Amino acid sequence: MNAIKQAFRTVSDLWSLMVGLRVTGKYFVEPQRTVRYPWKAVSTVGTFKGHLELVGGTKDPFKPRCISCGMCAISCPSGCITVVKRKPPKPTPEEEKAVAEAKTRGEKVKDQTPKDPEKFLYDFSLCSLCGTCMENCPTGSLRFSHNVYVAGYSRNDFQYDLVLQLREAEAQAKPARREARPAAESEA
Amino acid sequence: MPTELIRILISLVAFAAAVGLIALVMVWVERKVCGHIQRRPGPYEVGPWGLLQPLADALKLMGKQLVMPDQADPFLYWLAPILVFVPVLLLYLPLPVGDGLYALDINLGVLLIIAFAGFTGLSMILGGWAQNNKYALLGAARTVSQSVAYEIPMLLSVLAVCFVSGSLNMAAVVKEQGTWPWNWNVMTQPLAFVIYIVSALGETNRAPFDLPEAESELTAGYHTEYSGMGFGMFFLAEYANMIVVASVATVLFLGGWQGPVLPGPLWFLLKVSLLVLLFVFFRWTYPRVRFDQLLNINWKWLMPLAVANLALTAFFVKVAQYAFVK
Repeated sequence: MNAIKQAFRTVSDLWSLMVGLRVTGKYFVEPQRTVRYPWKAVSTVGTFKGHLELVGGTKDPFKPRCISCGMCAISCPSGCITVVKRKPPKPTPEEEKAVAEAKTRGEKVKDQTPKDPEKFLYDFSLCSLCGTCMENCPTGSLRFSHNVYVAGYSRNDFQYDLVLQLREAEAQAKPARREARPAAESEA
Repeated sequence: MPTELIRILISLVAFAAAVGLIALVMVWVERKVCGHIQRRPGPYEVGPWGLLQPLADALKLMGKQLVMPDQADPFLYWLAPILVFVPVLLLYLPLPVGDGLYALDINLGVLLIIAFAGFTGLSMILGGWAQNNKYALLGAARTVSQSVAYEIPMLLSVLAVCFVSGSLNMAAVVKEQGTWPWNWNVMTQPLAFVIYIVSALGETNRAPFDLPEAESELTAGYHTEYSGMGFGMFFLAEYANMIVVASVATVLFLGGWQGPVLPGPLWFLLKVSLLVLLFVFFRWTYPRVRFDQLLNINWKWLMPLAVANLALTAFFVKVAQYAFVK
């Protein structure tokens, strides 16, 4: 009796073959998921976690928010970040005089040194993209870029200065903006 | 020179050309269908829609060095790829492609095909043995038990059809079937058709029964050590055999070249290509069976069913003979 039942089950299980064919048949006629890369790029580059980059301020998007506190460099487990602070600017004779006067009056002198870093050295070849620096940044000045096209011939190609990168981005963006404006005016 | 010989020679040349062309197209179809099932585009770089891809592959295979492993048996090693391909051309001889369009009018056509189809297994065994490679030998061993096992239900199911038509001549079997699908043998012999298709997959080493060349277990199975055109011949023979089993199924079960409106050869090609497409779909749908499952399917299911089907068919044919043909 059991054997007959089992035989019937085997035969009825043949239906699963049809189910399988239906699945592959459905996929066969559906559009493909592959993007033919050199001609087309995927639209989900925004989800890519690339190397670090500095975040610009709200007023000037090309001036980093960074205050050179160095928390990122301390927290980095791979030690791939070095923040070089700016040297205080050489004071003019009037300023020196004003500072000296303030000191004689016993007032506290405000440090005039700009807070943004001189250099933000970042070794991408060491970075493990853990994001600890981002979490520890008090000003939210770090983020992962979406640059999927990073490539280089040697290890040295991945020694970045992020401040320099921001400046390059500015240089690239500015002429574009200048070109865009007259075009818009002429249209108007 | 007798005209029969000239006819055979001309058709052999035609078949050789056709087999080469069909194999190229089949490689393209296989890869394209596989790609689309897996939601990839498949080959698309060489030629329009990647149509020239198999040609490029063939040129690459021809340009490759023919390597023979150390301590292999040179005679058998080089004999196998030739032996696998020669009988394939012979299998096409009795196939009626259209009304009166066949190379060899032989009244034992079915028998000829089934007899010479065994050569494929033989050359696989020779090749697997000659390579001095454990994977190839395992693949050869699997080929033996598989093709010996699956030949029997295939023969029995073919025999059932031949009982109904009362002939082993393929042209006669086609003539006996009608124009419309409900006149075809598949309607009177559906079980034989299913058994034939399953055991044809087993005979041609197609997935899900591709155990002799199971990539994940045996590297490449019986043709592991073959390079260049040595491998190419096995590859070509596999597709040629696929076409043969599909053609035989078309002739015996699907009415051959018979069909409404369209001319005969076109119907034949259409049916064969649909069947082959079905085989390709099977390959990319079903996972490979285990070896014990493979043999269980054959000995516990196909064989008894085929025998029962044959016995029933024989009984009814006899009854019909007594009842209607006095």
